[in-house]
Amino acid sequence: MIAFLANLRRLDRRWIFLMVGLLVVAPLLTGFHIAPVKPGSRAKGFYDAIEKLKPGSTVLLAGDYDPGTIAENYPMHLAAARQLMARNIKIIGVELYPGGPPLADQVLHLAGAEYKKREGYDYVNLGYKSGNEAVMSAMGSAGIPRTYPADRSGTPVGRIPVMKGIENFSQIAMIVSVSARYPGTKEWVQQVVSRYHVPMIAGVTAVSAPEYYPYLQAGQLQGLLGGMAGAAEYEVLVNHPALATRGMDAQSLAHIFIALMILLGNLAALPQRSPGARQS
Amino acid sequence: MHLSHDIGIWIAALLTLGIYSFLYKDNPAYKLCEHLFVGVSAGYYVVLMYFSVVKPNLLDPLFTVYPALRITGFGQGDLVEQIHGTMLPLWVRGNLGTTIGNWLLVGGLLTTLIFFFFSKEHKGALGGAARIGVYFLMVSFGASYGYTVMARISLLIGRVMFLLHDWLGVLHL
Repeated sequence: MIAFLANLRRLDRRWIFLMVGLLVVAPLLTGFHIAPVKPGSRAKGFYDAIEKLKPGSTVLLAGDYDPGTIAENYPMHLAAARQLMARNIKIIGVELYPGGPPLADQVLHLAGAEYKKREGYDYVNLGYKSGNEAVMSAMGSAGIPRTYPADRSGTPVGRIPVMKGIENFSQIAMIVSVSARYPGTKEWVQQVVSRYHVPMIAGVTAVSAPEYYPYLQAGQLQGLLGGMAGAAEYEVLVNHPALATRGMDAQSLAHIFIALMILLGNLAALPQRSPGARQS
Repeated sequence: MHLSHDIGIWIAALLTLGIYSFLYKDNPAYKLCEHLFVGVSAGYYVVLMYFSVVKPNLLDPLFTVYPALRITGFGQGDLVEQIHGTMLPLWVRGNLGTTIGNWLLVGGLLTTLIFFFFSKEHKGALGGAARIGVYFLMVSFGASYGYTVMARISLLIGRVMFLLHDWLGVLHL
């Protein structure tokens, strides 16, 4: 056992990379299935918040991410657009990441085609605006049409039917924030939720998720999707298993392996931490 | 198997493999991909910023209110609301789970704050409370690390899906 642990300390880390790679590729190729995805309370909160909205109301769908976090944010963004369109809720898309608008376009056009929604009438993508928190604040104080005078393709908002009657956050039933980090969910809470009391739900990257639990606990967020696991739970709830659900078996296998490696790594390091080893 | 005929997909796939080749060891292919990534990203954002920021605004007046917005946002969104969020009943009749949860939240908050109180030496009761605060911090760090692992594996899965689905056509989504 001691010899095994000593060998483990000298293990070339590339073997670990290789194993993680195989454990991710194998379940995707073979369709190996560990267990069904069961939605948790946070994903249910996200789903229920949209279900409670009145058909015909308007939400702000903030897609604050770029291609760097597609694997986590895109599935939840698409699933949210699907649920909103299935419930006949109008969508105003905005992005505070320069790389975000093409992804939001893709999401809205894909879901729009599935639910036979028309751009301009049922949804619009106002696109990217620089300024981070200042943009959020200006949408509330100066108004949304003044902050975004035209949509992404340059059409003035006055000529976009879905923007008719939209002045500021008073006409927004909910903010759905899909966020990679800054500017994103935290800033929407700070600038808009606390100031204008607009209900909000968020889908965030796993690495940033722990930061938002206090908002959920304090009731500033109605629901929270954390990373690919959160997206997969939500996909199950909207009854449209897609990219995130497909990746969960690979995710689980890789997690089990990494947990095992952490355990073995700590066991292997134990002899080095003993008082005798320290003195020597 | 249905290999992609899209030149863009091929370039993206080869660049992805080039970046991942660093996991074996540093090599010229990785260096090429890394430099391409930095250069293309910088170029892309310069052009994007020019057309979406500089050209329409020239001088973006919104930036001048930045510090005030951040301070008021923090005050309203974090400070007040989060203090309010921790004012919880420590006894909830007929709901032991919530009672325990509330004790943990309030106890964790107080002991963690005590750990960061450096005006008095951590001895006696203060030291004991600070010690408990450390355990709460450790649990928090563990949760953050777990989520970080999940995030990194998710990114790998995203790239593998791209290679298997978009490039090689052996994965059907």
